[in-house]
Amino acid sequence: MNAAAELPQRRLFGGSLRRNRRWALAASYFFLVLFAIFFLIPPYYQLVTATKSSAEISNQTTDPWLPSFAPTSENIEELWNKTDFPIYLRNTALVTLCVVAITMTIAVPAAFSLGRMKFWGSGILATGVFLTYLVPDSLLFLPLFKIVGSLGLLNSYWALVLVYPTLTVPFCTWIMIGYFQSIPKELDEAALIDGASHLQMLSKIFIPVALPGLIAATIFAFTVCWAAFVYPMAFIFSSDQQVLTAGTITTLVKGDVYQWGMIMTAALIGAAPPLVVYAFLMDYYIAGLTSGATKG
Amino acid sequence: MAQVTLNKVVKKFDQTEAVRGIDLDIADQEFVVLVGPSGCGKSTTLRMIAGLEETTAGEIMIGGQIVNDLPPKDRDIAMVFQNYALYPHMTVFENMSFGLRLKKFPKAEIKQRVERAARILDITELLERRPRQLSGGQRQRVAMGRAIVRNPKVFLFDEPLSNLDAKLRVQMRTEIKKVHQQVRTTTVYVTHDQVEAMTLADRVVVMNGGRIEQIGTPHELYHAPKTRFVAGFIGSPTMNFIPCRLVEVTGALGVQLAEGLTLPVPSERDPAYRPYAGRALVLGIRPEHITETRAYAAGAEFAMSVDVVEPMGMETIVYFMVDGTEVCARVTPEAALAPGKRMRFLADMRHMHLIDPQSERVIDVPGATRVHGTARVPAA
Amino acid sequence: MSETIPRRLVTPTPAETSGALKGSLYRLSRRRSTTAFLFALPLLSVVGGLIVYPALYAIYLSLLNRTQTKFIGFGNYAFLFTRDTFWAVVEQSCIFALTAVILKALVGIVTAHLVNNLPAKGQRKWRGMLLIPWVIPLSLSTLGWFWLLDPTYSAFNWLFAQIAGPRIPWLSEPNWARFCTILVNVWYGAPFFLIMYLAALKSVPEQLYEAAAIDGASAWQKFLHITLPMMRNVIAITVLFSLIVTFANYDIVRVLTSGGPRNTTHIFATWAFQLGIASGDIPLGASVSLFMFPILGVSAIFILRGVRRRGREV
Repeated sequence: MNAAAELPQRRLFGGSLRRNRRWALAASYFFLVLFAIFFLIPPYYQLVTATKSSAEISNQTTDPWLPSFAPTSENIEELWNKTDFPIYLRNTALVTLCVVAITMTIAVPAAFSLGRMKFWGSGILATGVFLTYLVPDSLLFLPLFKIVGSLGLLNSYWALVLVYPTLTVPFCTWIMIGYFQSIPKELDEAALIDGASHLQMLSKIFIPVALPGLIAATIFAFTVCWAAFVYPMAFIFSSDQQVLTAGTITTLVKGDVYQWGMIMTAALIGAAPPLVVYAFLMDYYIAGLTSGATKG
Repeated sequence: MAQVTLNKVVKKFDQTEAVRGIDLDIADQEFVVLVGPSGCGKSTTLRMIAGLEETTAGEIMIGGQIVNDLPPKDRDIAMVFQNYALYPHMTVFENMSFGLRLKKFPKAEIKQRVERAARILDITELLERRPRQLSGGQRQRVAMGRAIVRNPKVFLFDEPLSNLDAKLRVQMRTEIKKVHQQVRTTTVYVTHDQVEAMTLADRVVVMNGGRIEQIGTPHELYHAPKTRFVAGFIGSPTMNFIPCRLVEVTGALGVQLAEGLTLPVPSERDPAYRPYAGRALVLGIRPEHITETRAYAAGAEFAMSVDVVEPMGMETIVYFMVDGTEVCARVTPEAALAPGKRMRFLADMRHMHLIDPQSERVIDVPGATRVHGTARVPAA
Repeated sequence: MSETIPRRLVTPTPAETSGALKGSLYRLSRRRSTTAFLFALPLLSVVGGLIVYPALYAIYLSLLNRTQTKFIGFGNYAFLFTRDTFWAVVEQSCIFALTAVILKALVGIVTAHLVNNLPAKGQRKWRGMLLIPWVIPLSLSTLGWFWLLDPTYSAFNWLFAQIAGPRIPWLSEPNWARFCTILVNVWYGAPFFLIMYLAALKSVPEQLYEAAAIDGASAWQKFLHITLPMMRNVIAITVLFSLIVTFANYDIVRVLTSGGPRNTTHIFATWAFQLGIASGDIPLGASVSLFMFPILGVSAIFILRGVRRRGREV
């Protein structure tokens, strides 16, 4: 085929190319809507249920998918006044706050040390830290049950403050190592010549420059602590020490009469803080988590 | 203000020797440029002076004090990096004052020092900006400002202009020279660009393979290179190296380049070259010393057929072959030239060099640095 | 080193030079690595005391009898091998993890491509919406599914009833229950794949696609010959990573079925919990949970290879 013969043909294709692209876009939207429905069904249904009274829920003639015809606040009132849910919420907040603080205090200097100061064996240690992240909580909870027991912390949320860092520290360190390593080497040399000590270099240069990474790591730690489930299920059994996830599952979902409106309200309230954090800081979080992917 | 002395300095990385024993004396207020191809050890040398690399052997003295064991901050030096290394989260003012703030200088003095440096560099109106809001040239100025406010004994520059575009590079080069003339701080400057080295330096240190090839003023390096490496490294286009034989024709010396092409050696060089008569050597002659024939200039004339013609505007570069070696010449653009055409050239033999191919050293000629009438300054 | 002798006048012998050199080097490296070590110390104690030690302790526990008074060697393991439930758990764990991971990867790749097709302006909004399942605490969102699949009030069954469809015993019939645990897992985990793949897609240089278009490649060929090879490493790491997390999952099965009906949906984590905490036989529970180890180990080795490769490429 010679170039002259090809030319008109290509012009012809130009039209169909645009048409193809429009079709592809429409198809993309169509399937994305389907996936979005799939992904949003449970939270939507939780929300719908939470606004209904028990009577309305058990009335099988009305459409369960539709919002309530008479929205009620009785679920949230009962949850707040007649259950231990406020205690769970407070305990969860307390434990999460402590663990996030502990996590960052441990992970940031460690990441600086392993990723930047490069002492003997730091490379192997960094890899080792990453490997320990792959050891799941469902393998560790039994020995930790014994250890927590021997420390006299069984059935205390301080046990959670002690063991949650196993969920957060390795990965947060890993995130921070990546961020610290992306900072040009000349920056710490300049700081060295300017007379900064290692601690000053970390606090005045590295932490401010790696702030997006710090935010991502903090959100990660927060999300993980807030959602942790195995450890409180294993270590906590009285209501005054219980946290939100395990408390909602064990005490609210009980007996033969489920109060679905109240349970769904509890689940929604429990999901709200991570959702809010995520709504505002999503970009940092995703950048932090995928930095490895984009590098590869 | 201080002098810097390097005494038999060696740096080894694992197995490889990056710097193989360097001796260097830098006088107070002097501007010294380390130049050489990449991997020649110039940056490593600079980083050892800064204290960013430890010396494997030898000693480094700043202002008469041995600093081998001192960390960078106690050496009273300031450094400008290739990528500027500005702290991205600080304003220009904060960047420049960071070192002083760490040393707990009083606020008023910090302000005064930063403002003075900003005035010198003409960046007063940028003090509240952040690095990402600055252009490459402005960042470069801030990096220099950070060095100036510290008022250190020594300035260290590590290829500071490599990240700038060609035009800005020329401009900043002048700027650096101007700043040095104002503050007169001893300066060690590393670059791979020989033009930068020639234009900035009081003295140039040419390095190769971890060793110093030659130390000298730009003028000395250009007119009296000591080794074939220096001769080839300084100047652009690079010096022609043509295998030749030093022959004696009726009592006078001449370099025989090929059958029937012998160029006469100027009589003042005769005593220096006489011991080498009859030996196979390499003739070194810069392109600017091979020109079209000129009515007013003397020299050795010869005819060659031109291979390649590269018009540059103010001059034309031509290439021709001499017995299998490509030779470059710089001729006037007026000469009507075409590849394959024969043309007459004029070699200004007062600027010739003879190189001993065994030792790779240029045969020493006393008084070779004397400037000759038609010698042209190398174009930037 | 005496500073009173002007050192320049004294030519140091080679031995002296190396001695002085060693001294200063040691001092410097000691100072630097001491700081580095101090910075890393809290991390090392958390990792050592709360991860490595308990992991080894789990092995020790698994060798004890029920009351933890007697060392019985591999008795617990021998006992497990004789139990049908154990083999059912092994089978269910593998089915659960493999099916869920494959489906998550597929849904992730498809949705990532769909989002990537959109105009750049709307991508962020869609990505945010599709990511919601992954942000809600898993136990609480599973509770929502539990309610959706309720034997009496299932909203799905209500929909089927409208079109005279069958009433499905979601959580009370073993195969439907297995399906449901996998469904919830895919729902929860696919968004993670989505963001990883989306980030990887964005990192493929546009010129490659342009070059392929000029070479006459179709959309499918571009995907096959450019997108997939460029993303191979990310896909591999994400799949292995997800395999570990899915294999060790506890929340979904615990909330949805508690292992029922008749232990048919138990996986290692929930059964280990059942035996170790609920029935109080910690050694037996530890033995069960330790069966996760080989799978985790193998995945970890492959992940590490991928991560190392990434490190080299950077």
